[in-house]
Amino acid sequence: MSTTMAQAINTALRDALKDDDRVVVFGEDVGTLGGVFRITDGLTRDFGEDRCFDTPLAESGIMGFAIGMAMAGFRPVVELQFDAFAYPAFEQILSHVAKLRNRTRGALSLPIVIRVPFAGGIGGVEHHCDSSEAYYAHTPGLKVVTPATVADAYSLLREAINDPDPVVFLEPKKLYWSKDEVSLPAQTAPFGKAEVRREGTDVTLLSYGPSVPVALAAAEAAVEDGWSVEVVDLRTINPYDDATVDASVRKTGRCVVVTEASGFAGVGAEMAARVQERCFHSLAAPVLRVAGYDIPYPPPKLEHHHLPGVDRVLDTIARLQWDDVPMGSGAS
Amino acid sequence: MNPLELYRVVRLIRRFEERAIELVRSGEIVGGIHPYIGQEAIAAGVCGALRTDDIITSTHRGHGHVLAKGADPVRMMAELAGRVTGLNKGRGGSMHAADFGLGIFGANGIVGAGGAIAAGAAWARRYQGGDQVAVSFFGDGAVSQGVLLEAFNLAGLWNVPVIFVCENNGYATTMPVEGGVAGTILGRGEAFGMPSVQVDGMDPAVVYEAAAEAVARARAGEGPSLIECMTYRFDAHHTFEHKARLNYRSEEELATGRSRDPLDIAGARLSTEDREAADAAIEELLAEAVRFACASPKPDPADAMDHLYATGLRARTGASA
Repeated sequence: MSTTMAQAINTALRDALKDDDRVVVFGEDVGTLGGVFRITDGLTRDFGEDRCFDTPLAESGIMGFAIGMAMAGFRPVVELQFDAFAYPAFEQILSHVAKLRNRTRGALSLPIVIRVPFAGGIGGVEHHCDSSEAYYAHTPGLKVVTPATVADAYSLLREAINDPDPVVFLEPKKLYWSKDEVSLPAQTAPFGKAEVRREGTDVTLLSYGPSVPVALAAAEAAVEDGWSVEVVDLRTINPYDDATVDASVRKTGRCVVVTEASGFAGVGAEMAARVQERCFHSLAAPVLRVAGYDIPYPPPKLEHHHLPGVDRVLDTIARLQWDDVPMGSGAS
Repeated sequence: MNPLELYRVVRLIRRFEERAIELVRSGEIVGGIHPYIGQEAIAAGVCGALRTDDIITSTHRGHGHVLAKGADPVRMMAELAGRVTGLNKGRGGSMHAADFGLGIFGANGIVGAGGAIAAGAAWARRYQGGDQVAVSFFGDGAVSQGVLLEAFNLAGLWNVPVIFVCENNGYATTMPVEGGVAGTILGRGEAFGMPSVQVDGMDPAVVYEAAAEAVARARAGEGPSLIECMTYRFDAHHTFEHKARLNYRSEEELATGRSRDPLDIAGARLSTEDREAADAAIEELLAEAVRFACASPKPDPADAMDHLYATGLRARTGASA
């Protein structure tokens, strides 16, 4: 049946609330309204105000509260309404959520899920469209997950809530209304397993979250140019699946990293670095990146220039030194 | 509250800090400490009003809270010295001691950060049907931190059984209260609908009375309170000051501040015999703490990643296949 990502996340929360009394969902406008993106729609009605409730606008307080709850045995699932709305909570996330387990040498785990509707493509502006994954991915102690498909949205969120460690669950908001033929509950691969979303032989597009559909569209368009393009979806940024990425790049010999986030010092830089460190002898060309520009997220009328699109991906594929390599290596 | 017990805790903290400072000087404790000397009556009085299953969150100046809540001074000293036998196996150190079985939900290097954690933990215990309360200790510097005021708001809004204990020692590091706090500290509690009192933080019996009242209210479901304890830090903000010779406090002010010593106030209520017996037991305990700390092994760097994730996940950067 046709299911949206929003429905999948809602159902995952619902099923988690049903299955585990320790799960509590809270955040700004998640209760009465059911979330500004309607992700928590009906949860307060169906599970009561103790299990899903509204908070004041106080992200740092919300996050600290969640830490205390987790220390006392709960599994808090917190929604921070937009990417940039999470920044006031950074101190609590980076200094405590991420570090308490290490600091106590495993005496305490913090099974907290921090849900963040993130990235652009919805005509928001800079505080509502940030790609904030690098901040979390750079912080040891956090797991960072971002689904690109409806089934993954369900399955990865269930796994995040069951995980004993803190998970930052980044929901690509432009994909909330994307649809797949999926029946829920869906079970997909666990954390730490990337997926080859499309097989190809000439070049690997490495991507995650909101950029996966872009990579897939580019791969489809590339057929006309005679390129066979493989698309790998990381699914979880940390844990990071080197094995699947390596296998793909060693097969194709070329790699382009596609991220909506700004390129400089981003997750895409880590991906590119890992590929060249691990697959150097398989590479026929340098790893290139297609990324958002290194600017604050632009206003709605300009965002299509900023977001990596099919054309930029194809232009980048074309720059992979096709003429310099021996025949038979995949160049058309 | 038994005057002997209050004295014993004050004395234990005082001597613990003095012994710890010796270890800072001898290089056994690296990185220094924030001594609690002068403020002992607050930890003793507040924790005296708590049960073992009640919760505290502490501060960068947290040794006193942790000891008063019942942590083993021997393992605490080992923690300060960064040894594997420490409360946190030597990886928490002076500012991050925790003992969850004793309700010590962590000292904290970030000023004001424990307020919301204590509130969340207290909320959770009430939700679970318990009558436990939580105490968040913080200094006068923390009242300028947004997250603490967010915690006040959440606690007031949801009637959380948490007691906010402000240790007003007059300075946020070197910034005097009058230079850093607009309005009053009590006014912040009152603004969020909390019963708020200011008490003499040098007398453990006075602190105990105020804490017991706030704890009783919280247990009875009557919500959070704020207690502002007026105190004075006898020693440095941090032991680095012992060499740095900062001059933000005059000799005259120091002499006045130190003239009311919680140790004397608590000790005056005891017979000489009781006091001497308590002192001797504490000396013996701390001698063992120092011996144990110095004799314990240091952590093995090879296990640095062992406890980052419960699932054993290790990030690998570099070309290792």
